[in-house]
Amino acid sequence: MLQSVLWRRLVEKIASHAILLAFSFCFFIPLLWMVLGAFKTPADLNATPVKWFTHDITWDNFSQGVQTFPMGRYVLNTLIIAVPSMIGAAVSSSFIAYGLARIDWPLRKPLFVVILATMMIPYYVTMVPLFQMFKAIGWVGTFLPLIAPHFFGVAFYVFLLRQFYMGIPRSLTDAARVDGVSEIGIWWRIVLPLSRPALAAVMLFQFLISWSDLLGPLLYLSNSNLYTVSLGLTYFRGEYATAFGPLMAVSAILIVPVAVVFFLAQRTFIQGITLSGIKE
Amino acid sequence: MSAAQAFLNPRRWWRSKTPMYRRNYKWGLVFATPAFIGLAWFFAYPAIASIVYSFSNRTMTGAKTQWVGGTNYSGLFKDSEWWSSLGNTFYIMVLAVPIGIVVAVILALLLNLKVRGQSFYRTIFFLPSILPVVASGVVWLYVFNPQYGVLNNVLSWFGINGPGWLQDPNWAKPALVIFSVWGLGNLMVIMLAGLQEVPQDLQEQAMVDGANWWHRFWHVTVPFISPHLMFALITGVIAGFQYFTPVYVLTNGSGDPAGATMVSGVYLYQNAFQNFKVGYASAMAWVLFIIIAVCTALLFKLFGKRVYYGGE
Repeated sequence: MLQSVLWRRLVEKIASHAILLAFSFCFFIPLLWMVLGAFKTPADLNATPVKWFTHDITWDNFSQGVQTFPMGRYVLNTLIIAVPSMIGAAVSSSFIAYGLARIDWPLRKPLFVVILATMMIPYYVTMVPLFQMFKAIGWVGTFLPLIAPHFFGVAFYVFLLRQFYMGIPRSLTDAARVDGVSEIGIWWRIVLPLSRPALAAVMLFQFLISWSDLLGPLLYLSNSNLYTVSLGLTYFRGEYATAFGPLMAVSAILIVPVAVVFFLAQRTFIQGITLSGIKE
Repeated sequence: MSAAQAFLNPRRWWRSKTPMYRRNYKWGLVFATPAFIGLAWFFAYPAIASIVYSFSNRTMTGAKTQWVGGTNYSGLFKDSEWWSSLGNTFYIMVLAVPIGIVVAVILALLLNLKVRGQSFYRTIFFLPSILPVVASGVVWLYVFNPQYGVLNNVLSWFGINGPGWLQDPNWAKPALVIFSVWGLGNLMVIMLAGLQEVPQDLQEQAMVDGANWWHRFWHVTVPFISPHLMFALITGVIAGFQYFTPVYVLTNGSGDPAGATMVSGVYLYQNAFQNFKVGYASAMAWVLFIIIAVCTALLFKLFGKRVYYGGE
């Protein structure tokens, strides 16, 4: 009896590892293929049948890629968009969320519902008039249309932070209120420091969204001096068509930092996504 | 009543309230101000403007604008390219959303067994979902390449002669589905969180009662993760109708091959920003919105009652 249970456990364990390994292989192979491709010579890249590993490892793809792809400038442009967006989104969403979570006033519920409803509106609906409006005020061709909207609360983060604030004990904020701390003081000095994990998740999400965004830069940035990495890579891909060596080298340079950030901040990610979970 | 009073005689209404109420009202307004500005600037104004545009022949070039009534909407009805773009959007969504959810649940279940190396596996499955779509798209171009790509090479190990993927009109959409499913990391984490809410004693009880693993999964696990499944379904459908970047990167935004990957989002973008037909594109956006709303409502109607929210 005991033996059969142990036996079943063992089989279960081996089976689950086998399935997980098979899935891991499928998920990881594109990235492995990218790294292998980045170091292959044109002859090895275009070998049929496909050559997995190569003996003459080359750095040419990187030097060629970096020469034609102004990585530094694109990264700088992307950071100029991503960093203010991330700070603006975190501060403004937290500010709004505090009001929705802690201040009892008649518009609290309706405002929350309206903010949630905006998540349902596809970007396409507002995209064209927004573009024309930004054009009218002379913002097209600048980073502003990609940054400014984040300073007025982002619905998803407002939702996430409100859920988090609902969980902070009322006695904490009420005590401060009795001591005569203003609401802004309570938000800034008590609630913000307490919500560091949730804020970190929001900032990470926003950073990645700004870093990866294609449609926004595609609409608003036409001057190649202002390209972001994603937009630049899109055009680079158009020019290089099937020159996979430089393409893989450049992709690897863009992917590896994200992967490293992810390894360092794994916990924050997982917590953030779990937080956004579905309760209530 | 109170709203009407406040409107008719605001000063009297304000004075009739307690100091606490007034204090809260003031602070409520302060904290809501950024939200009000954002809602007006980035949602109310553009949404209203796009309704108005959709009934005009407005262009991006500044040519004279005229009212055209419902012409844009009726034109859309007759536009075969629009219909095929909707068809392509549905095709990709109907495959990518369920497959993504099923694979995410399988991975979450396996990870939940607390096997050794859990964090290693989790990292591998999650990583693709946070990579910049353009960069990973470029990588997949190489993976899908029928001659030099790794996908057909791996398939050939099993004796399968792989298709031309992105170059083959029949296989371009499945290729996009594969690319999308690859980025399911977020879903997996959500499902993993859902699995933590399945009571362990209920599982054990079912096992004692002799339920096999499928019965345990279907009658114990699924009800407890049903809110998460619903969330995944709804957000998947909303995102599915806005599918854009993968197509733009993998097929250069042209709908190649032979229009097989022309999805509604790309078609709308082309009309607005390449053909400058603002009115027509606005009509498209609203039709898409209505389709999304109807689909969401249908899903709630179909599955809403079967979703189990804790003990309520």
